[in-house]
Formats: sequence, structure tokens, C-alpha cells
Amino acid sequence: MIVAIPAEEKSLDSAICVSFGRAPIYCLYDTEKETSTFIDNKAAEASGGAGIQAAQFLVDQKIDSLITFRLGENASRVLSAANISILKALNLSIADNIENLLEGTLTSLNEVHPGFHYGH
Amino acid sequence: MGTKATIAILSGKGGTGKTLVSVNLAAVAANATYIDCDTEEPNGHIFIKPTIVNEYVVTEPKPVVNQDLCDGCRKCVDNCAFNALAFIGKNLLVFNEICHSCGLCTYICPKGALHEEQRPLGIVKRGRKNGMTFLSGEMKVGESSAVPIIKALMREQQTDLVIIDSPPGSGCLVTETVGNADFCLLVAEPTIFGAHNLAMVHELVTLMGKPSAVLLNKTQEGENPSEIYAKEHGLKIIGSLPYDEHLALLTSDGLLAAEEDKHYHTYFKELLSAVVQEARHASNSDPQR
Repeated sequence: MIVAIPAEEKSLDSAICVSFGRAPIYCLYDTEKETSTFIDNKAAEASGGAGIQAAQFLVDQKIDSLITFRLGENASRVLSAANISILKALNLSIADNIENLLEGTLTSLNEVHPGFHYGH
Repeated sequence: MGTKATIAILSGKGGTGKTLVSVNLAAVAANATYIDCDTEEPNGHIFIKPTIVNEYVVTEPKPVVNQDLCDGCRKCVDNCAFNALAFIGKNLLVFNEICHSCGLCTYICPKGALHEEQRPLGIVKRGRKNGMTFLSGEMKVGESSAVPIIKALMREQQTDLVIIDSPPGSGCLVTETVGNADFCLLVAEPTIFGAHNLAMVHELVTLMGKPSAVLLNKTQEGENPSEIYAKEHGLKIIGSLPYDEHLALLTSDGLLAAEEDKHYHTYFKELLSAVVQEARHASNSDPQR
């Protein structure tokens, strides 16, 4: 299973980025191979629709799960269409969140927020 | 005052007195056109009480996909400047509130799987009150961008003197509104928050090359952060409107102060004359005109 985590830095010790679509980096963690990859998020600089573009990118990376603090409604629609499970991040490092994921202690993220694309 | 002038009344934040100033300026002018561009919550009609003579629906085109024709080439997804499309599994997803109705996706789709459909966005109302022409735009609840409504309002026939009651803030709607103005009157409150938002809208109009001046509203004894900002940034102070409970009460009753109170009639007449003079001066000194 591949899990995506929005990251502040390219390290498993990094904090999870509070933003989903505009996170600078995504950590992709493969739970079978126990390997992690860090990829720059091209959508971070988008003038609009960052969440949609980021979600499309992650779906294309064939992720199965996403661990995030929060998620916009548009990104949620994209990820739901791809049947990706969305889990609520804990205020811990990426490594600790992965540990919690493997122990099955992460809960699913139920609330999504409206976009910040006000007034375009 | 037979001068042709379009004056936008702006403020960085809401509740500073844009509508108060706009409706009263329009009321003291002869044959002005008042345009309420605050499409999320237009309220000029409360004060002007016009007779509505015409009303129509403004629509905007949005892409609609025929999933049977779409082969998932993603040309539309990759080229959309606004990231309003995603292709997941075997389906193309369209995000209408992100879409800017540019039409590119329907144009470039090699399979003809996308076409545009007009969706209602809001309404434009046209009315009259004595010699005044009244225009107002109202966005449908749940929509996110009223730019096409502002464009529709601006296409309406107008008299020589136009007073635009702008939306609050300094986003796309305000930019669209300011684009049509010869002169911008910024209304600012005597608070730190007021000065911050005044700075944002002042930067916007300066960037757009529009001449502007500030009207200091609700002034009281003591320091006025908006006045300090204006002085520090070479923004002309065209006048002050001191805080007055009587004015607040008239306004809360939906009355036009310029019609109810002689003092305010004179006040807004003089303000209008000062603003029109500024607008005329600005258009005379603009070599492109």
C-alpha cells in the first residue's frame, strides 16, 4: 500500500504540512517495501485549483491512502472518485504518523472544508 | 455638471460606508447612474427604492462532458489554466466553481467530448428613481464568482455621470469594477484594520493606474490610522465624514441622508463636486484621452 503525506521537508522526521493542496512536498511511503520517496508538489504554486491538481497527481502516483490534517471539498471529490482512503493526521512527525497508520490507530477524516477560491 | 465621469466607490473592507457614500452621491446628482456591484449582498435598492423596469438572468458557459466520447487523453486536464478538470478512473470530472469559462477545454478536445452549456449565475435589475438610473447585480446563492454579472452591468446603457458602488475587498470583482472607472473614491474607517484594508485597495488602484482619493469616514477625536496612511503614501484626502449618530440612525432606517437632512444634502453636493473635479482633472492630464 502506498500512503501520501503532505510534508514540510524531505525527511521522515518532518512535520506534516497543514495544507494539503499547497504543501511544498509529498512523502510517498510504500508500506510493503518500507521505502519513502519525497516529491515536490507542482500544484503548490498554482493560482487556483491547487487541491484538484495535487489530488490528480497523487491519484496518478497510485496512492491508496492519504494522511492529512485537512482537505478541501474539490480535492476530496477527486480522491473519493479514486477510492482513496483519507486519514486524519496526528500532530506528530511523518514517521510517527506512519507508525500509527500501521498500528491502525488513525481515524478517517470526515470533514472537508470549502475551497479558499473566494472572489476569483 | 455635464461631465462624463465614472466614479468607483471602494473600500478594502466591508462596512466602511461605500453604499452610504454611493447612494447619497447619486441622490444629489442630476441624472446619475447608480450601479450596485456588490453582487453578494446588493443593498443600494434599500436606500434608493427604485421602480424596477427590467430584469434578466446572467448566464455563463460551463463545460459538460460526454463520458462515452471521452477517451481519457487528458489534453483538457493538462491545459486548463485553472486546474478545473481532473481525470479519475474512466471519468472526467469538471469543477464548475474553479472554471473561468474560458472555453479552452471544449475547443481542444480531440474527441468532441466536451461542450458548453449556459448556467444561470445571477440577475441584473434596471430601475429608475426620479432622474436616476438604477442598476444592480445579484449573484445566485452558492455561486462563487460574479465577474460575468459585473461585465453585464457595465454593458448596460448609462448616463454621463456613473457612481459605482463596488464590492468590498480587493479581489477579482473589485478589479473588474475598477477597470471601468475614471476615478476611485476610497472610503476608510479610522481603525488599524481599516487602514490595512485601505492600503490593499490603494495598492490595487495604483497598480491599475487609476487616480484616487480617500474619504475618511466615521472620524472622531484622536489618532486616525487611515489618515496617517494617506499622508504617508501621498493619497489625497478629499474629505472627512465625522461619526454622527443621527446619520447612523437615518441609514439604519434605510433613508437617504441627503434627502432627509439639509446638512447632508449640502455635504454630499460638495463632495460630489470635489470628486467630479478630481475625475475631470485626472482625465485631462491623461495623455491617452
